[in-house]
Amino acid sequence: MHADPAGVLTGAHFIDGDHACCEGALAAECRFVAGYPITPSTEVVERIALRFPEVGGVFIQMEDELASSIAIAGAVWGGKRAMTVTSGPGFSLMMEHLGFAVMTETPCVFVNVQRGGPSTGLPTLPAQADMMQARWGSHGDYEIIAVSPNSPQECFDLTIKAFNLAEQYRTPALVMMDECVGHMMERVVIPKPEEIEIYPRRWTNAPLDEYLPFAPEQDMVPAMARAGQGYRFHMTGLTHNEKGYPDMTVAGQARLLGRLVDKIKKNALALTDVVADQVEGAEAVVISYGITSRVAQKAVMAMRAKGRRIGSLRLRTVWPFPEHVIRDLAKTVKALVVPELNLGQMVREVERCAQGTRVVSVPHAGGTVHDPAVIVQAITEALR
Amino acid sequence: MSIENPVERYLRIDRMPHIWCPGCGIGTTVNCFTRAIDESGIPMDRLAVVSGIGCTGRVAGYMHVDSFHTTHGRAIPFATGLKLAAPDMKVVVYSGDGDLFAIGGNHFIHAARRNLDMTVICVNNLTYGMTGGQLTPTTPEEAIASTTPYGNYEHPFNLPYLAESCGAVYVARWTTYHVTQMKKSMKEALQKKGFSFVEILSPCPTLYGRRNRIGDSLDEMKTYKERSQIKNGADTKDVDIGMAGPIVVGKFVDRERTTYQDAMEAFYARKLGDRYARASR
Ligand SMILES: Cc1ncc(C[n+]2csc(CCOP(=O)(O)OP(=O)(O)O)c2C)c(N)n1
Ligand code: SF4
Repeated sequence: MHADPAGVLTGAHFIDGDHACCEGALAAECRFVAGYPITPSTEVVERIALRFPEVGGVFIQMEDELASSIAIAGAVWGGKRAMTVTSGPGFSLMMEHLGFAVMTETPCVFVNVQRGGPSTGLPTLPAQADMMQARWGSHGDYEIIAVSPNSPQECFDLTIKAFNLAEQYRTPALVMMDECVGHMMERVVIPKPEEIEIYPRRWTNAPLDEYLPFAPEQDMVPAMARAGQGYRFHMTGLTHNEKGYPDMTVAGQARLLGRLVDKIKKNALALTDVVADQVEGAEAVVISYGITSRVAQKAVMAMRAKGRRIGSLRLRTVWPFPEHVIRDLAKTVKALVVPELNLGQMVREVERCAQGTRVVSVPHAGGTVHDPAVIVQAITEALR
Repeated sequence: MSIENPVERYLRIDRMPHIWCPGCGIGTTVNCFTRAIDESGIPMDRLAVVSGIGCTGRVAGYMHVDSFHTTHGRAIPFATGLKLAAPDMKVVVYSGDGDLFAIGGNHFIHAARRNLDMTVICVNNLTYGMTGGQLTPTTPEEAIASTTPYGNYEHPFNLPYLAESCGAVYVARWTTYHVTQMKKSMKEALQKKGFSFVEILSPCPTLYGRRNRIGDSLDEMKTYKERSQIKNGADTKDVDIGMAGPIVVGKFVDRERTTYQDAMEAFYARKLGDRYARASR
């Protein structure tokens, strides 16, 4: 399916990442956004508020993030594609509904333009410190899909991707931006609608009395109905059976959680989206994501200029973590270097996959990006 | 000869028996609700029931309509998204006093202020049932709850007053003793455009009734009968509920205000003219 031309602003634009994220959502046929203002994510919803009345979308500024994050679930069951947008503290408040969306298999997109934390932290300054919260922030066991753009162009592209993956796997998908990409202005090219692939919602065509809202199809994902079609289905955040009725037994829990986790875990290979640059034969590889990947690139170039064979691996999909890629890399390099705008989060995943290969964390508490020299130094030491 | 129960087709009979205690009033409210739907003429396929968490929160699961059992306190914002995405649905939020007014209080006041087109039915048993009879924002002063073992010294909400002052267009209160009036109010609320609110005082014999020495469910019903005073149109300021004294019931508010959706559409049509694309589905 291709994008509805109504929402696609085809052409080259000079806009920031937040606005590009808004345009990505529009192109992905998102037509319901609920949000609550918070820096540095607010520009996304401000542009949504401006653009939606012209494309048949509904934007509502809710009373808080708790409300926003469940209003989108309501809108999805009402038949729309929906998104909410926030930053750190708001993301914390949304965690219960992230889990609710996982449990009820509600396809929707949560955007987190990360800022420094914990608590109110650094409202206007960058960080990448919510990466583990994205993965583990809601209670209970679950798997999640998250992408991490490193430019306004990718804020556009990966927002569309997040919507597509949310629909394909019937799960919430996260766009883990950071203040830098959110606020930096660059050229963003928006393709023609017919060049934008949209994963259609998996509507059921079961007869009215035979539909089971949570019965998986071959690929473990059930087809959806929306309110008002006559299916009269039930949905609950409780552990439930295929009919959607509570089934709070040990076996019921194992069956449901097993499938919810497997539908993502077993597709980890298909979900992997990394950009590898000269990793073959590299002595060391720098692993990064988001804005940090652009700083890291500078360090990598500097090392290469000195004649060192340094590779770069950039994660565009951060969750599920591309384990197999890192495991393979670890077999061929002397060291893996992981700069990130936090005190060491995704590096733990790298360590888990490194199988004895040296892993060097290059932490940064946030507020600015790394000085490339610090990364150069870390690579140099890692190779010593 | 087999006689079909008149409310059967509105319920998920395959889920019976329900989880509620013997003598609990929630079932009575559901019985009245099904009759209200029947008389309202609203097609079952156009009705959605959304609940939060608690004993009353289970109502959604027993209704044979599109039904959503959401998170604690957040039924109203879920319903907001649902209604705005599917304006052709009649959306009913059916939940408990703790769910709607403690954890969910903020959402209630804003939905009423916006005049979202939805009906909120609150089963008020003056306590948290599902978690074991703790204090709720409606527990009367002096009443015993598991978290107020010496009695409650907090000042409770007067729900009709709160609803009216926030902008609800329809406000009524009954008890489970008043089945006919309750059904009628539910029907009127369903047929009302805008934010309508019906509070039903309901016995929780297991927790509230026992702790406060009201007796069993029947005794609680007797109390309702004796203490209730029907005063339609009463000033909602005056309908507080204490441990003793009258429980004022009736239809208190029935007025017109532009709904959120109508205001939004009229506003954009005026401001943007042909550029405005209505969000129909
Ligand atoms: C976020 C969250 N906090 C607390 C709970 C625990 N909890 C479940 S039901 C309930 C109270 C329900 O009381 P009420 O709304 O009055 O409904 P009743 O059971 O009396 O019908 C609470 C606090 C929860 N499920 N979620
Ligand atoms: S605990 Fe109280 S409210 Fe809950 S089902 Fe039992 S009687 Fe009803």
